[in-house]
Amino acid sequence: MRTGRLALVSAVGLALSSCGSARPSATPTTAASATAIDVFAAASLTGASTAATTALAASAGVRATYNFGGSNTLVTQILQGAPADVFASADRANMGRLVAAGLVETPVTFARNRLEIAVAPGNPKHIAGPADLARRGVNVVMEAPGVPAGDYARALFGSEHLGVRPVSLETDVKSALAKVTSGEADATVVYATDVAAAGAATSGVPIAPALQPDITYPIAVVKATRHRAAAEAFVRSAVSGAVQRDLEAAGFLPPR
Amino acid sequence: MPAAVPAVLAAAGVVFVGLPLVGLLERVSWSSLGSELSAHDAYVALRLSLETSLGALAVAVAFGLPLAWVLARRTFPGRALVRALVVLPMVLPPVVGGIALLYAFGRRGLAGQLLYDLTGWRLVFNTSGAVLAEAFVSMPFLVVTAEAAFRSMDRRAEEAAATLGAGPAYRFWRVTLPAVAPALGAGAALTWARALGEFGATITFAGNLPGVTQTSPLLIYLDIESGHETTALALSLVLLLVSLGVLVGLRQRWLGNP
Repeated sequence: MRTGRLALVSAVGLALSSCGSARPSATPTTAASATAIDVFAAASLTGASTAATTALAASAGVRATYNFGGSNTLVTQILQGAPADVFASADRANMGRLVAAGLVETPVTFARNRLEIAVAPGNPKHIAGPADLARRGVNVVMEAPGVPAGDYARALFGSEHLGVRPVSLETDVKSALAKVTSGEADATVVYATDVAAAGAATSGVPIAPALQPDITYPIAVVKATRHRAAAEAFVRSAVSGAVQRDLEAAGFLPPR
Repeated sequence: MPAAVPAVLAAAGVVFVGLPLVGLLERVSWSSLGSELSAHDAYVALRLSLETSLGALAVAVAFGLPLAWVLARRTFPGRALVRALVVLPMVLPPVVGGIALLYAFGRRGLAGQLLYDLTGWRLVFNTSGAVLAEAFVSMPFLVVTAEAAFRSMDRRAEEAAATLGAGPAYRFWRVTLPAVAPALGAGAALTWARALGEFGATITFAGNLPGVTQTSPLLIYLDIESGHETTALALSLVLLLVSLGVLVGLRQRWLGNP
């Protein structure tokens, strides 16, 4: 699973860095002069962040290292004093916890996403939409309460009155998806970008636009940062053209 | 070396182990402890923990006791290898154990696929999977203590029983087992405590669902993740007290004071 994620990071990273050639080349900076910052980012950003890093190191002289996890996990870590410089959440609610605690600057929205059903390659259980996840004999895994993707999916099932009974509640989108790619579960609800990043290991079943929740990714500078200028440059770059193109290539939607 | 150096280092060692426990106790919300533990999720997780850990102990005794007996009393080629293999889960990272269990007993696993195709039964996402994961990780504790006991007991009583005409089964139940009972009790307590605290193999192999596979350590982890710290701490306190109880019990009743 971990190996899979690593492979995925490098694969997406390669794919995105190769398509980022249109980016204006800024002042070249050596790794030694680059300011290192720690970015706590939602697990669903795993693939896209590699490209953002490349763009940033080149344009702003900022070298970012990432701590990926469920947004709720990352919030807990930051609340406990983990040394984050920037936090990128997969929902407003988790970012809101840090805003309420006065630990981050005003967040900006830098991406949106869509939900998608991930199934085994070739869709052997013939799942056509969310209603099929409530069918008997379909083993559905979801993300635990508090993990944004799981909360979005639960809200969707609730509004459609679907009695989906998951067989397991996973800690983030990647481990939920791993249960499907390993063949243990038949389906899960993750982001469209996760399905795209998993390649041939899974097939995606789209969810109708009318059912899509508003999935926005806010990013903010953590107030306790000791590299404020670099952190602010990182946040600015997230809404800039180059990173936006990379995010779009990974399947994200632009902020409204 | 000045005489004080070992004492200072030893004191530092005690602080190193003790401070996190003090930190935990300091954060526990004592006034709401009762309501936290009787809340539905916590109660369900504690009950499931009790059931699965006792199940794991039963599995460990059923397979581990004969295994310990064979390792202690029989010589056969590859015995050292078998012994190393059986003890491996003690030092193996539990998450690796969980992944290995998936490849063996998962729906696409070596034995799991056969089981699923023949019976439609799966261990993953099932309480039996949680029991299996706990047994996998905890059985070595029983095997190691039982083997040592079978090895070190005074064999003359068995020989005397044999000369008096007692058969092998009678000798085992009436002579050998009573002689090793205290050590077996200690091994069983350690095995049970290890099973009770199992996290990595369980969440990796069995999954996480309240009332089915979400044992107390899993709920503690998820509660901390989602900011429900008071529930997590209340459950942590219970597990801490149980662990302490096992150790104190072992020291006084089985191991004897030095």
